[in-house]
Amino acid sequence: MRRTALHDVHRRLGANLTSFAGWEMPLRYGSDVAEHHSVRKAAGLFDLGHMGQIDITGPEAAAFLDYALVGRLSAVAVGRAKYTMLCHTTGGVIDDLVVYRLAEQHFLVVANAANAPVVLAMLGEHSGGYTVTVTAADRALIAVQGPQAATIVGEHPDLRYYAIKPERLAGRDVLLARTGYTGEDGFEIYCENADAEAIWDWAAAAGAAPAGLACRDTLRLEAGMPLYGHELTVRTTPMHAGLGRVVALDKRDFVGAEALRAVEPESVLVGLVTKGRRSPRAGHAVLDPATGEKVGEVTSGAPSPTLGHPIAMAYVAKSLNLTKLLVDVRGTREEADIVPLPFYKR
Amino acid sequence: MRYTKDHEWLTEDEVATVGITAYAADALGDVVFVELPEPGTTVTAGDPSGEIESTKSVSEIYAPADGEIVEVNQAVIDDPALINSDPFGAGWLYRLRVTGGPETLDEAGYAALTAGDSA
Repeated sequence: MRRTALHDVHRRLGANLTSFAGWEMPLRYGSDVAEHHSVRKAAGLFDLGHMGQIDITGPEAAAFLDYALVGRLSAVAVGRAKYTMLCHTTGGVIDDLVVYRLAEQHFLVVANAANAPVVLAMLGEHSGGYTVTVTAADRALIAVQGPQAATIVGEHPDLRYYAIKPERLAGRDVLLARTGYTGEDGFEIYCENADAEAIWDWAAAAGAAPAGLACRDTLRLEAGMPLYGHELTVRTTPMHAGLGRVVALDKRDFVGAEALRAVEPESVLVGLVTKGRRSPRAGHAVLDPATGEKVGEVTSGAPSPTLGHPIAMAYVAKSLNLTKLLVDVRGTREEADIVPLPFYKR
Repeated sequence: MRYTKDHEWLTEDEVATVGITAYAADALGDVVFVELPEPGTTVTAGDPSGEIESTKSVSEIYAPADGEIVEVNQAVIDDPALINSDPFGAGWLYRLRVTGGPETLDEAGYAALTAGDSA
């Protein structure tokens, strides 16, 4: 199993380690609910060294990414970032990505850990004909997320949401980005593996509480953010997930263009709230309350630590004009209200 | 105290107290909901006899022996976090009048089962 540069730190902290996408990662250090609340109320510290980082360099880097990805990356200014996707020619999502423009001819593509090999391979395949180099990068990634993040990392008023800049933190050269996956203000710090422990210790000493992957999932769910393998799969298009806005359909040509121009989703991603104590979970059937017929499926669900009741996302038939649905929670039918996403907004 | 491979513990009494082990509680994470059988329910060893839901997942509680449920821990229903904070004490689940059942593990046997495994 692969280990990040912070593995010894996690061992020292007594983390509950889990196997995740081939990596041995901290699931939680103590209580996942307490870690969740730390991020909402103060600041949490995450090791994201498992995320795939791919450097795209060369004179045609922007033109290549305009072709390979669904967004218009050439329009991203140096020092800014964009949420985008790599799609199959069928329009199905291969991965959702954050792409930073580090220089005119240098982009950093950040992929989900489980998808990093396929993203790297497909970008390599699509790069034929472009003067561009696609290379896997081996850097650490540490996130500081929460309302106190700017107290810990520094205000950085010049660094807007979805921006990145070179910076010195704890005496180390880093790339400091104002991005995240928790629904809070926060930073993602890209640094050399050799510097990861120093930066982690520096942020922890300033009050950021170590937080594991368990709370990362409940935080992103409350923030209504999709997770690959749940809301996004190769069988769903960005439009299905309500993320059609990330696709620049007017681009001349890009991978998946033909399919994505023709997509008319029959299902739509909705937020569900239930009142019982048992939570809907991924895979549970969503039923029409009038007929009891299956009209959809839950993609993610958990008891929301912030809201105090279960929340879920589900794909349901678009033709439905309902405000209430039922979820089959392991044989018990729970009434669910359809609510707008996100469930939580800072 | 005896243990099952499904990570329940039970006391060696005629009316045994049953809970889940610290190993299991740690693997589940913060427990937010517990459902237990009604007193009077007859169970067979290995049968699902309730469920435990954490933020991350749901797990069934398997009866560690044959018998009749005589009491459930209302405190743990009201405050499921007791399962995390005191799995072998205040976080007990139910009491079972044992009538039979398969061989269970002693402490060394259970320790061997979970050795080398980070929960």
